[in-house]
Amino acid sequence: MSLADQAPPRASRGATKTAGPTSWIERIPAAWWAAALVLLAMPLVANNFWLFQVMGWTFILGMIAVSLTFLAGYGGMVSLLQMSIAGLAGYMVAILGPSGTTSISLGLSWWIVLPAAFLIAAIFATLSGALAVRTEGIYTIMITLAIAAAFFYFTRQNYTIFNGYSGFNLVLPPRLFGVDWRDPVAFYYLCLGCAALCYGAVVYVSRSPFGLALQGVRDNPRRMAALGFNVTAHRVAAHAFASIFASMGGILLVWQNAQIAPGTIGISSAIDVLVVAVVGGMRRPLGAFVGAFIYVILQTFSPDVLGAFGFSAERFKLIIGIGFLAVVLFSPDGVMGLWDRWRARAARRVDPLTGQPR
Amino acid sequence: MEKFAKNHPLWTLVIALLVAGFLWLVFAPWPPELEAAVGRKRIFLNALLGGITLGALYFLVASGFTLIFGLMRTVNLAHGSLFLLGGYIGYEVATQSGSWLLAFPVVFVVVGFLGLVMQRFIFSHMEGEELRQTLVSIGLSIVLADLMLWFWGGQSYTTLAPALLRGPVELPIISSINPTSGEAIYIRYPSVRIWILVAAIVIGLAMWLVLNRTSLGMVIRAGVDDREMLAASGVRIKLVFLAVFVFGAGLAGMAGIIGGTFQSLSPGEDTRFLLASLVVVIVGGMGSIAGAAIGAIIIGVTEQMGLVYAPTYSVVFTFLIMAAVLAFRPQGLLGAGR
Repeated sequence: MSLADQAPPRASRGATKTAGPTSWIERIPAAWWAAALVLLAMPLVANNFWLFQVMGWTFILGMIAVSLTFLAGYGGMVSLLQMSIAGLAGYMVAILGPSGTTSISLGLSWWIVLPAAFLIAAIFATLSGALAVRTEGIYTIMITLAIAAAFFYFTRQNYTIFNGYSGFNLVLPPRLFGVDWRDPVAFYYLCLGCAALCYGAVVYVSRSPFGLALQGVRDNPRRMAALGFNVTAHRVAAHAFASIFASMGGILLVWQNAQIAPGTIGISSAIDVLVVAVVGGMRRPLGAFVGAFIYVILQTFSPDVLGAFGFSAERFKLIIGIGFLAVVLFSPDGVMGLWDRWRARAARRVDPLTGQPR
Repeated sequence: MEKFAKNHPLWTLVIALLVAGFLWLVFAPWPPELEAAVGRKRIFLNALLGGITLGALYFLVASGFTLIFGLMRTVNLAHGSLFLLGGYIGYEVATQSGSWLLAFPVVFVVVGFLGLVMQRFIFSHMEGEELRQTLVSIGLSIVLADLMLWFWGGQSYTTLAPALLRGPVELPIISSINPTSGEAIYIRYPSVRIWILVAAIVIGLAMWLVLNRTSLGMVIRAGVDDREMLAASGVRIKLVFLAVFVFGAGLAGMAGIIGGTFQSLSPGEDTRFLLASLVVVIVGGMGSIAGAAIGAIIIGVTEQMGLVYAPTYSVVFTFLIMAAVLAFRPQGLLGAGR
């Protein structure tokens, strides 16, 4: 049931160009079909805890991390703001829509709330992105970290809009089409659909003219500027575009927990998103979901394992930290990079002329 | 300064008026109308002094950070963890031995040694890979934070200052005038905070002297400007890097003792001081000691004033200052243009 099965073979893209016209079904590698089948059929075998907590949280974290992967992998901007953007979208759902805190929540209906949440989060992302792109490289991390921290402390201190420490509870998804979307199976499919949508959007945009220009800006901003591209505008637009995925994850996160509080968007959560993206590998958008899966599995099951070895269950962060350090030190392109190298080595073991193992 | 006054007479006038107004606010007894509008003068003065001492503490943490960044381009996001670790070790040493002053050399050596290990065995192997160094430092901060939580738990610690430094001192600044006797009441302030301020000024001046008046400082300044050229001219740059990293780490550790004395130590403090030094360094300018000093005072005073006069938005003020500096002077107030 591992998500790592989804990894696309490297050669498939090149092969389709030479193989002539084939139907789109044939062009999708078999591993993808298998992964899709496993994911779609999972509710048949998995229990509710697995579907709702483990897989739901994996997809949500993956969506937030994929927005960072998009910014960092294609735009070269490592931003720690994505969790704040997700949190802002979640807060907007709680503030504009119905929640347990009736004195603040406006209780508007979902077709106003959702677009407004996306829009407000995108405006926030655009403004902070415009600030962050004033500087380059390593400064971006520091500035986005500072903005994320300011937003966290602000939500904790502000009681008129963000309801301070306690935040909002009883934030439930709307009953659309007569389905209770917090039902584990329904929520699983909702998250799966949104995650697939995000993944597809990132892959599609990365091959579009905008995505190619963005990668050009990442690799050589001066040359792109000389070619007539507006470097700053591309970077700010990337921040705005990435906010869509983060907001989607944030809204689903609020619905999953049925509450949002400043703790959700704290500095350690912002860093967790970076950890997830780096552990998975920032070269490809799939890495975000792989990293999220690893993170959630560790988070869910490490207390039991640690307890078995006589450690306190709270040492989970230590495992995450050491694992993150190991990945950064020994495989900077993450688990996906390890996978790619392993495949490349496996491919080298076969003689290209005879097809026999050397 | 003369040149500035000649070129911008209007701005000079504005700045002189602002300084004069500020001095009047600090030293003159406030008229009743002003007290009615803004509040007691004592509150204002306490916020101002608190901000300046907080700024002194921020300076001690941020100066090591900015020095390491300026020379090695390493953004050490584990700097806050070094601060907290220094504070905890200082607490242990001070309570076990009963000597507050002994904690300083011990902490400097221990935390400096940790810095040496970090630079020698981790950061020096990925020189030039700035992003990777930053990620490694984030990983280190996660690990260190959890180890410290393991050993010292979640409760907060306060290191006791020695008896010599306890108790208030009277400053020659008028707080208010007794309406019946017409006698001036002077402001009283904890003496340990005054000593922290003095210590920060001394350390800052010493750093400035070393950087600007010694051959070691010359090497470091040359390294900030162009480290390849410096290495090419025969300076053993790795040793200089190591020395600066150890000094910056040790300084952060000693700042931890001070932070533990005049505030308290608990698991969240590492990120708090890391963020404070980030903002200070962004505002003041990367790699500049004087910039760190100015940034630290600005951020410290803003934070305290915000806490007193607009508690809900105190964080926002700090952030707005950072945003304004980024918007108009991305390299920081005293940063070199790049």
